Parts: sequence; C-alpha cells; structure tokens
Amino acid sequence: MSDEKKLAIIATKGSLDWAYPPFILASTAAALGYETEIFFTFYGLQLLKRDLALEVTPLGNPGMPMPMGMDKWFPVLGLALPGMQGMMTGMMKKKMASKGVADLAELRELCQEAEVKLIACQMTVDLFELNTAEFIDGIEYAGAARFFEFAGESDICLYI
Amino acid sequence: MADFDQELDASGLNCPLPILRAKKTLNGMESGQVLHIIATDPGSVKDFEAFANQTGNELMESKEVGGKFEFLIKKA
Repeated sequence: MSDEKKLAIIATKGSLDWAYPPFILASTAAALGYETEIFFTFYGLQLLKRDLALEVTPLGNPGMPMPMGMDKWFPVLGLALPGMQGMMTGMMKKKMASKGVADLAELRELCQEAEVKLIACQMTVDLFELNTAEFIDGIEYAGAARFFEFAGESDICLYI
Repeated sequence: MADFDQELDASGLNCPLPILRAKKTLNGMESGQVLHIIATDPGSVKDFEAFANQTGNELMESKEVGGKFEFLIKKA
C-alpha cells in the first residue's frame, strides 16, 4: 500500500463538453501526485474510442452560452433543427482551440502517460454491443466490484 | 529574476495544460534545479501556488510581467 492520495472518478457522459471534467481532473490529480482511476460507464464509454467523434447539444441545456444571441433568434424548437447540433459542435471546438483549451485526445494521452488507470464497464460494453476494437489500448474491462476496490480506499470520489 | 536551469513557455495554453507541462518538465530535472515558467492563463497564478503546496516543489517567485505571468519553481 502506498501513502499516495487517491482519486476515483466515474465518467457517465458522452458529450464533448462533459468529456472534459474527467480528463482535466484526472490529469491534474496525477500531476499533483494522486493515484487516479476513472471508471467509464454507459455513455462515458464514448470517451474511450480511438476516434473521438463527440458532439455538444444546446437542447435541454439553458445554461449553454449561445453565440450571436442565437438563443433569442431560435426558440427551443429551432435548436432541434437538423444540422444545429453539428453547427454548435463546430463552434464549440473552434472556441476551445482559440482559447488554448487542450484537445481531448491530448488530455486523454496525458492521463495515460501519467498512469491514470482507465477502466471500461464490461456490462455497458455488452449492453450496447460496443466494438472494443474501436477503443484505445491500455484499458481494463471490469465491473462495479472492481471500482469499489479502488474507490473504497480513495480520498476523493467523483461522479461525473 | 534569479537564475534558472530550464524554461517552459506555456503562453496561450489554458488550464490544466500549464501545470501538466510544468510537471512533465520537472520530471526530467534534478532536485534543486529551477524551472522558469511563462504563462498567459490568469488562473495559473493560484494554480502554481496550489501545485507547489501539494507537491513540495518550492514556488520561489510569482509575478506579472507585461500581461504575462512568470514563475520560478525549485524542484524538491
């Protein structure tokens, strides 16, 4: 047993915006000397795909800042128009790049370099019949009991 | 500004990249050596303080020069 602090994260969301918190916190914790594990379940498994084709949606998200006062021009139904999600995703990516926010794949790589353990929920893989060949290397496949083995010893435990 | 052994320009990078790059650079340095970091992220001022407190590396200097933030960190 090491006396390092431990951080356990459950990542449950598979959208571009919600992909950031688990990887930002895990990589930073690792840099501060934390032993860190992320357990990916349900939609969070999208964050383990080699090709990160994640999108962001303004639907059901009144807190999302909209460019050019678009929220006034488009009522909620307008945000459901075909192509709107792709457009918002493109704008978000452009904004992130211009502000020097890390690329998601880069952040994930930094996590792996810092020996953050990435665990994929085996049940979700079976449930959605996900093709694990599409996932990055270096992942462990396991269940809830495996998560608690680490989380039970953790100093911080986050559900994202 | 005091002498330093290595320099890291993290200008234009946003949280948490300046910290991650600094940690990576420090990994390749010897104990007692000093790293000079330049950043433009205003959040990095508090972040490098917190980084030093938690890792034991000493934050020798933190200042703003012409809109940029400069730090000197001595590796523990």
